[in-house]
Amino acid sequence: MRNDKGLLALFEHPDDLISAVKKIRSHHFTKFDAYTPFAVHGLDHAMGLKRSWVPYVTIAIALMGAGLGFLFQAWALSTSWPVNVGGKPMVGWPAFIPVTFELTILTSGVSTSLLLFGLCWPFDFRKPSLDPRLTNDRFGLFIEERDAKFDEELLTKLLKETHAEEIKKII
Amino acid sequence: MMGSHTNIIIKEPLIDPSKTYADVGDDVCLPLESFPTKRWWMLISITLSMLFIGVVAVEELIRRGIGVWGLNQPVGWAWDITNFVFWIGIGHAGTLISAILYLFRQKWRTSINRSAEAMTIFAVMTAGLFPILHTGRPWYAIFWLFPYPNQRQLWVNFNSPLIWDVFAVSTYFTISLFFWYIGLIPDLASVRDRAKNKIRRFVYGALSLGWSGSAKKWNHYEMVYMLLAGLSTPLVLSVHSVVSFDFAVSIMPGWHTTIFPPYFVAGAIFSGFAMVMTLLIIAREAFNLKGYITIGHLEKMNKIMLLTGMMVGYAYITEFFIAWYSGNLYERFIFMNRAFGPFAWAYWTMMTCNVIVPQIFWFKKLRRTIPVMFVASVLINVGMWFERFVIIVTTLHRDFLPSSWDYYRPTMYEVGLFIGSFGLFLTLFLIFCRVMPTICMFEVKAVMKHRKKERGELYA
Repeated sequence: MRNDKGLLALFEHPDDLISAVKKIRSHHFTKFDAYTPFAVHGLDHAMGLKRSWVPYVTIAIALMGAGLGFLFQAWALSTSWPVNVGGKPMVGWPAFIPVTFELTILTSGVSTSLLLFGLCWPFDFRKPSLDPRLTNDRFGLFIEERDAKFDEELLTKLLKETHAEEIKKII
Repeated sequence: MMGSHTNIIIKEPLIDPSKTYADVGDDVCLPLESFPTKRWWMLISITLSMLFIGVVAVEELIRRGIGVWGLNQPVGWAWDITNFVFWIGIGHAGTLISAILYLFRQKWRTSINRSAEAMTIFAVMTAGLFPILHTGRPWYAIFWLFPYPNQRQLWVNFNSPLIWDVFAVSTYFTISLFFWYIGLIPDLASVRDRAKNKIRRFVYGALSLGWSGSAKKWNHYEMVYMLLAGLSTPLVLSVHSVVSFDFAVSIMPGWHTTIFPPYFVAGAIFSGFAMVMTLLIIAREAFNLKGYITIGHLEKMNKIMLLTGMMVGYAYITEFFIAWYSGNLYERFIFMNRAFGPFAWAYWTMMTCNVIVPQIFWFKKLRRTIPVMFVASVLINVGMWFERFVIIVTTLHRDFLPSSWDYYRPTMYEVGLFIGSFGLFLTLFLIFCRVMPTICMFEVKAVMKHRKKERGELYA
């Protein structure tokens, strides 16, 4: 089912958006999302969003990058083509630290960034955004029509109570 | 919100309090949405001419070889590596502002981080030119510098600081680019939604990856941004440390010191802030951004320059002290030669510009006077260029063998390439000012005080 039908309320101030989110959550609506021009402090908590799981991926890839990066250097200089510098140990590990460190940052940073691009998927360029002001100076709350509790009249009343500036039906 | 607590310190507002959220979009996007001004065309024709001088110098360099430069025996490194270290250092301010100040929750960074990060990227690109051209045959450089399975069955030598440098600088460039781009996504979406024509909407829409501002995505976005800031922080400290290893790991007197990594990092931040200052003073004037980049921002940057300038000054004195205290004859000689030898003029230029000039920022009045800080920032740039020149050339020109001692003079090809490097950096910056929002709009909005007209309350 298409999930872009529903009711969009626009607010002038982020605090009104937060109180609207709290209100509709207390009425057990679940299929909704907020759209804001910047990350509003406290909104994720009001919406009941969990802490992002991205750091677990970052740390896993960082450890992998560090491990493989170190092993590669040790293998290249001690086994693949042994280079002995002044009779020092073949795996002179302190000399491998800078490159190991850079590879740790490179692998984890690049993969974290690519992960964010993936999370933005699908990039739908054809669909116009719900409202162009949402990336500028208005704060939106969008309740999907497929929400089991969806009731236009009740929602309009709730949103008006929390100072919604405008309420639009998206069809 | 006005509460029962009394604020003892009344803070200067970060952004002009008369601005609204919509003003931010209108003001910042104005240069993107209007035809370039005459002043812009004038500036870009100057920078393109500088770039052209660089291209001519490089053409001659590639055709005839490294011999066209003034390098000799024993001065095998001079302007090229000086410029490399100089430009890499310029980049460090951008990462300090975008990553370290972010982790420290310094809200004033929001007005300047975008352009400072852009400078980082352009400065690292410019810096990369010098070692690559110094290889003599730059089209082979990539095959010499990166480990890849090859017919010769050889790997690069991971024990070498020069290879560490390749990894540090390329990682720095890649991560800075991703960090900058991710910071741009919400603003690109904003530009897309403002766009009046189709092509513009498509281009910015594609670049913004279809960003809608959904709270569920903001949740991940904020986390990714913080992680990248956390990764960039040790990265930026490592980059100039590794650059300093190029010198410190050798056995040359004047280079072989443990103070080098912190000394280079402090110097990099110092010079980077000076460059950011020089360009922002011009940009805030040219693009009418005085309500966002206020005197308060500039003052805070001046304070950082005062601090880092004193760290650099402290390092200069420590080096001298240790040269005497260690009792090492070669070390003592090199430092006496630095201060009183044939390159004394360069040494005292460095000392004046880097140690004495920033002391004017002890005075609040001078910290907040634009012409003063503009001149000071230019002088600091000059001083920091000379710092690298002094470190590199004075150590090399009188080595262990007095019979090979020599003086070093640049040729017109080195000067040409140096001018060209400024041309490249400034051209890229001018283009950036035309096509991307120069101020991080969404972060500025997040730190603004927003007045509710109908209810007349002031929200923090």
